[in-house]
Amino acid sequence: MICEKTKLALQNLFPAPEPKEVVTEDAGDEKGKKVPKEPRPNGLLERDYAVHGYHLDAQVSPEQLLEAVTILDEAEFFIESITGVDWIKEGQLEVVYDFSRYDFELCRVVIRTRLARNAPEVPSITGIYAGANWHERETHEFFGIKFAGHPYLVPLLLPEDADFHPLLKDFKA
Amino acid sequence: MNSPIELQPDETFILNVGPQHPATHGVLRVKMEMNGEYIVNAETVIGYIHRMHEKMGEVKTYPQFLMNLSRMDYLGALGYSHGHVLLVEKASGIEVPERAEYIRAIMVELNRVSSHLFWFGAFVMDLGGFSPLMYALQDREHILDMLEGVTGSRLTYCYFRFGGVYNDVDDEFISAARRFIPRMRKSLKKYHKLVTGNIIFRKRLEGIAPLTPEMCRKYGASSAVARGSGINFDVRKNEPYSVYPEFDFDVPVFHECDSLARYNVRMEEMEQSLRIIEQGLDKLPDGPFMPEKKPKLIKPPAGDYYQAVETARGSFGIRLVSEGDKTPYRLKLRSPTYSNMHLFDEACRGMMIMDALAFMGSLDLVIPEIDR
Repeated sequence: MICEKTKLALQNLFPAPEPKEVVTEDAGDEKGKKVPKEPRPNGLLERDYAVHGYHLDAQVSPEQLLEAVTILDEAEFFIESITGVDWIKEGQLEVVYDFSRYDFELCRVVIRTRLARNAPEVPSITGIYAGANWHERETHEFFGIKFAGHPYLVPLLLPEDADFHPLLKDFKA
Repeated sequence: MNSPIELQPDETFILNVGPQHPATHGVLRVKMEMNGEYIVNAETVIGYIHRMHEKMGEVKTYPQFLMNLSRMDYLGALGYSHGHVLLVEKASGIEVPERAEYIRAIMVELNRVSSHLFWFGAFVMDLGGFSPLMYALQDREHILDMLEGVTGSRLTYCYFRFGGVYNDVDDEFISAARRFIPRMRKSLKKYHKLVTGNIIFRKRLEGIAPLTPEMCRKYGASSAVARGSGINFDVRKNEPYSVYPEFDFDVPVFHECDSLARYNVRMEEMEQSLRIIEQGLDKLPDGPFMPEKKPKLIKPPAGDYYQAVETARGSFGIRLVSEGDKTPYRLKLRSPTYSNMHLFDEACRGMMIMDALAFMGSLDLVIPEIDR
């Protein structure tokens, strides 16, 4: 129920032109890494919970992010974590937001957005989820991603004068 | 002659608590803006023992990373290892024998009781009562002895393997665990008599540090912090994993939202863990504790995977992004106390400092687990 509702609400973010927006993923798309993969277009995917551990996977553009997070906030999701992934070969950085609910109707939602690696900037969601504050600071220091509108974007776990981003793939200690 | 010092009514000063303050139970620092005894504003500073486990996760192979998990939360280490092995098993499709899952659940619950015992002692000590810590440590010692006999270590266990556990439980362990349960039940009664009804103790906690369910949601709080605010959320029930659906246990929920509610949740949780251990020992099936054939090299297929488990401190999440290599492409560790601690800054505004320290104790902090 909740999953269905959230799916429909998130679906509205993506205009209809391409008909195959919701692709039910077959559990075995893991063909191997050798084939260069097409970058995934923005859109909503339903994932197999038994394999991946979450239900909905929405890739949005940075501009759509606040809208998507607002939908989840209204559906009473809580924020689980925010993190980044460095896709160095594609020249992109990904920010991944995990959401879940205090509920027996299980629905885990992943919101992700891709940013250009040379100038990564994404709006901060601290205005919606106050608890995103530390998570965004952590992602900022580890990946150098700028969260526009964050009230206090200084290193959290690293020393306060750290000017390196250790989780970038080209980081050398 | 000294001139008299006069404070203006609205004058505030900055108080630096930590990073080496006994009340913070680790290297945690809080900068507090004080107006007399009252906190106007607070800023928590963490990261003093940050070790970058997530980078280690990208460099080490899957089996090599097993031991890192127990270095996060040194009081309830097995819960974290459980999440890690479940995730990698799910991602690479390794079958786990039933006996191994039962052994894991029993061990995790024992570890949870030992963690809560230590918290109980330390928490009461924060409030000025020294003796309960001694009683709690005595009970905890029995658990550590039991776990040492099977896992080989007392604190930083590296007991779980992909597909099973490192060592089978023996009769000695089972009889020790059976003896422990009635002993612990008796101790719990003693603790309630000694501490829970104590009027000084209650006055320090009742109605103090109210956390609304809404605030818990905005910060992603879990464990007793959420359950003390009327949120019925326990990953073992809400998102069943391992063999937990086989056990009959309750999730204690208290609606008072104060520090006492969080205390009550954890005390009740110990009893529920004992129930799980009891049933686990009764149901423990025979059979192998490691699968007969398991892959020599663990290489989960490309994709991303998520696994949440309920540790002694709350909902621990672990996200794996795999590219099909023998090391993870990215490994994110979502630690529960990180979110629980985060709401401290907002919640402690307007509180008296001694109440804030009692509140901090009720969050059950383990700093290495926040800093990772």
